[in-house]
Amino acid sequence: MPHDHHDHFHHAGMSPSGHPYRADNDTPLSYWQRMEIAVRELMVEKGHLTPAEIAAQIEAMDARSPANGAAVVARAWTDPAFRARLLKNASEASREMGFDIGPLNLIAVENTADTHNLIVCTLCSCYPRNLLGLPPDWYKTRAYRSRAVREPRAVLREFGLDLPDHVTVRVHDSTADMRYIVLPARPDGTDGMDEAQLAALVTRDSMIGTGLPHRP
Amino acid sequence: MVWTGRAVLPSLLTMSDTTGRRWHDMGGQDAGPVPMDGHDFTLWEKRVDALMVLCGQKGLFTVDGLRRALEDMGEDAFERMSYYERWIAAVNQNLVEAGAYTLEELGERMHEIAARGPTYGEAQADG
Repeated sequence: MPHDHHDHFHHAGMSPSGHPYRADNDTPLSYWQRMEIAVRELMVEKGHLTPAEIAAQIEAMDARSPANGAAVVARAWTDPAFRARLLKNASEASREMGFDIGPLNLIAVENTADTHNLIVCTLCSCYPRNLLGLPPDWYKTRAYRSRAVREPRAVLREFGLDLPDHVTVRVHDSTADMRYIVLPARPDGTDGMDEAQLAALVTRDSMIGTGLPHRP
Repeated sequence: MVWTGRAVLPSLLTMSDTTGRRWHDMGGQDAGPVPMDGHDFTLWEKRVDALMVLCGQKGLFTVDGLRRALEDMGEDAFERMSYYERWIAAVNQNLVEAGAYTLEELGERMHEIAARGPTYGEAQADG
């Protein structure tokens, strides 16, 4: 699947997530970068923020990745009581595993043999960021936001997922106060696998609904 | 809100377009293929994100305040500016409104920063 970021090899000159490295500090200084520096310095000088707080927040956000969501999914696949708690209250169930969900109201929607779920934020970019990390760029594009709710099957085909007609597609439109995560269906042929092995099958896109988990 | 994946009737779309739908309310509109290019977030983008989260946590503004600023920027800003460019503009607007600092202070500091050097790295106070 072209959008899967669980590649186990890196191309030369590409980052671990498979993108070209972007220069941080050696491109010409932009107006908006100057604004960011100014805002940050003023907020520190006025005593609203400390540099340590900003560094810690960046570190916390960097530490969030789809691997967190994958661990939650794998637990739900192996522990029916946890699965029930996750479907009842995904924020609480994720906190139970030690993930900092913040004030996020997180709702897990379960894929089954006859239902496929897809998440979008038509108004902006709301995403289960506390569990999965920052959203991919395409999630924030006009094309995805506009079309996911109107022709989800066509959008899914662009992601390489061609769902049979008998599968119902349910599209969930996120808001700042209510965010979704897809609980993908456990792939066949995984009976003997433990939680860690199962988590390795769970891709970011499978938790957005634009993909399926890997097969063993 | 759950959408069931059925097509929205064009007549309904037209109606909503003429009954006050704002530019950011994009659900159901026509658009091209989903662009699949991605990028890794740069340090300055991560800092904007951190400023947004921390200032929200400290009660300096709400997510609704941010969204209002982003939506009021209009469609032109959406097309021309990158995601975090729009976010720092919205964060700044909310902080000025909250009285965290003045526009004059911001302008002076941005001017001063421009004189520090031609790149983001060189423009840091400790750079």
